[in-house]
Amino acid sequence: MSRWQRYRVTLTTILVKEVLRFSRIWVQTVLPSVITTALYFVIFGRLIGERIGPMDGYPYLDFIVPGLVLMAVITNTYANVVSSFYSSKFSRFIEEMLVSPAPNWVILAGYVAGGVARGLLVGVAVITVAMLFTDIRIHSVGITLVVFLLTAVLFALAGFINAIFANSFDDISIVPTFILTPLTYLGGVFYSIDLLPPFWQSVSLANPILYMINAFRYGLLGVSDIPLGVAFAIVMVFIVGLTLVCLHLLRRGVGIKT
Amino acid sequence: MPVTSAPPSTHADGARSSRVPALAVRGLTKTYRGGFQALKGVDLTVEEGDFFALLGPNGAGKSTLIGIVTSLVNKSAGTVEVFGHDLDRDPEAVKTCLGLVPQEYNFNLFLPVLEVVLNQAGYYGIPRREAMRRAERSLRQLDLWGRRHTEMRRLSGGLKRRTMIARALVHEPRLLILDEPTAGVDIEIRRSMWEFLRRLNREGTTIILTTHYLEEAESLCRDVAIINRGEITERVEMGEMLARLRTETFVLNLKGRIAELPQLDGFVFQHLDDGTLEVEITRDHTINGLFEALSRNGIEVLSLRNKQNRLERLFLDMVDGREAAAREDAR
Ligand SMILES: Nc1ncnc2c1ncn2[C@@H]1O[C@H](COP(=O)(O)OP(=O)(O)OP(=O)(O)O)[C@@H](O)[C@H]1O
Ligand SMILES: [Mg+2]
Repeated sequence: MSRWQRYRVTLTTILVKEVLRFSRIWVQTVLPSVITTALYFVIFGRLIGERIGPMDGYPYLDFIVPGLVLMAVITNTYANVVSSFYSSKFSRFIEEMLVSPAPNWVILAGYVAGGVARGLLVGVAVITVAMLFTDIRIHSVGITLVVFLLTAVLFALAGFINAIFANSFDDISIVPTFILTPLTYLGGVFYSIDLLPPFWQSVSLANPILYMINAFRYGLLGVSDIPLGVAFAIVMVFIVGLTLVCLHLLRRGVGIKT
Repeated sequence: MPVTSAPPSTHADGARSSRVPALAVRGLTKTYRGGFQALKGVDLTVEEGDFFALLGPNGAGKSTLIGIVTSLVNKSAGTVEVFGHDLDRDPEAVKTCLGLVPQEYNFNLFLPVLEVVLNQAGYYGIPRREAMRRAERSLRQLDLWGRRHTEMRRLSGGLKRRTMIARALVHEPRLLILDEPTAGVDIEIRRSMWEFLRRLNREGTTIILTTHYLEEAESLCRDVAIINRGEITERVEMGEMLARLRTETFVLNLKGRIAELPQLDGFVFQHLDDGTLEVEITRDHTINGLFEALSRNGIEVLSLRNKQNRLERLFLDMVDGREAAAREDAR
């Protein structure tokens, strides 16, 4: 059997293991995001949104759909990789992979794919819920999918790095709580940055999540505060950078070998 | 004609096996973060087909050595070759040859037995159908097939250990390394594990084992190395090492009391209390001889037990011996 066939088997094994993991505990992994997002739709969309009026020319509810979906994707992808990889470190079954001939990049790809799978599942669930509240039609399925995929990969990689450095279960919730959530909220989920004074507009531009949300909004609605090309370029730079960091850490055995 | 190095042999052609050792470790050192040096230049060769014991007191560096060979621990210096493959140059080839049964549990407690073994096969790149076939075989061999749907956390300690053996064998490694596989396993399961390992070795798998039971090493292994404080202090055949066990100490429970210590040739007695004696038997005397001599002196024994684990005795002798040698050198 060729080397590549073996790698494919290994990758599939890790992916299936990851999918089974989050499916078994779907009440913890999939359901919460669906409920939270539904609440956002009810409260911000229905109750408050009517008073806010249109944003960027769209009804407020429609405007926030892309951000809410992407927020769920980001949270879930990140959470999946960080908690799964950290558990495998904590309970030592990461060793099953370390003694095997699986190359580091295959292990990384397997975990990233697992995270993306959960992001996809939750993303689809949340979009379905959104369809119940609004009557948006997807502007460009291709762009929507590509932005989803790139965003999910990026945050899966970030979750992986978090897991490598984590030494306790507290360490895996610090980044989501203190960095990810604020960046997402300030990334224009609920508003167009055109509303901000010029100074805060430029500050917002330093937030990578802003680019993803706007690109995703373009995919779903056809409107964006940011040129699409810039958004893609920035996301790609992050993906390449984080991948190199992950591979470097794995090669050195940081956090997983003594 | 110049002899080129032989390609690594496979199970089938044992004839060439003596040329490429199953494991060759040279100048291996490990300094843990914090500066503790757990291995101080270890050299060790294990031939293909051997059943090898790696013995040493707690903290000697056994698990560290095994960890480095199996890619779980980063080495500080030195080289490791497995069937001629260098760990730094071709880690995938090395890992393919190796199976590990670690000292500590390292499986997902919430997965069923079968899934643990299948996942391991998957990490080795074995396609699903073949993996299923092998998992079934290795679980049946270890009497675990009936428990294949049981979650790991619900297994007893002995069954957990056996699952780790089944998992280590699923990719048919040529060198199996077991780090205290029978710790906390009852005698019956231990014996069936011994039988299993013996058969595996007969069928061609090279085995390296660490243990704290001399009986285990004695009954299974042909060659032995002793490691102490990060250094290999002995590398001999089992028989030779057993011969070094100069004396053995027993504790005797007596029927009645004795006032003074018996004086018998070849045996050194010590009072523990009125009804208990300690006796040291040198290698050239037998227990039969001891009892005959005691009977002649009218001393009746109710029960006897080994004072010490013989392996501990050996380690003590070893350390004593070296200290004595060091004192002599100093003079
Ligand atoms: N991660 C670590 N960091 C620092 N020191 C360590 C680490 N792991 C092991 N050591 C130290 O290295 C030495 C060798 O440990 P090792 O586990 O290799 O011993 P061992 O021979 O397997 O002992 P045992 O029979 O108890 O299993 C010990 O003194 C131990 O305290
Ligand atoms: Mg140990």
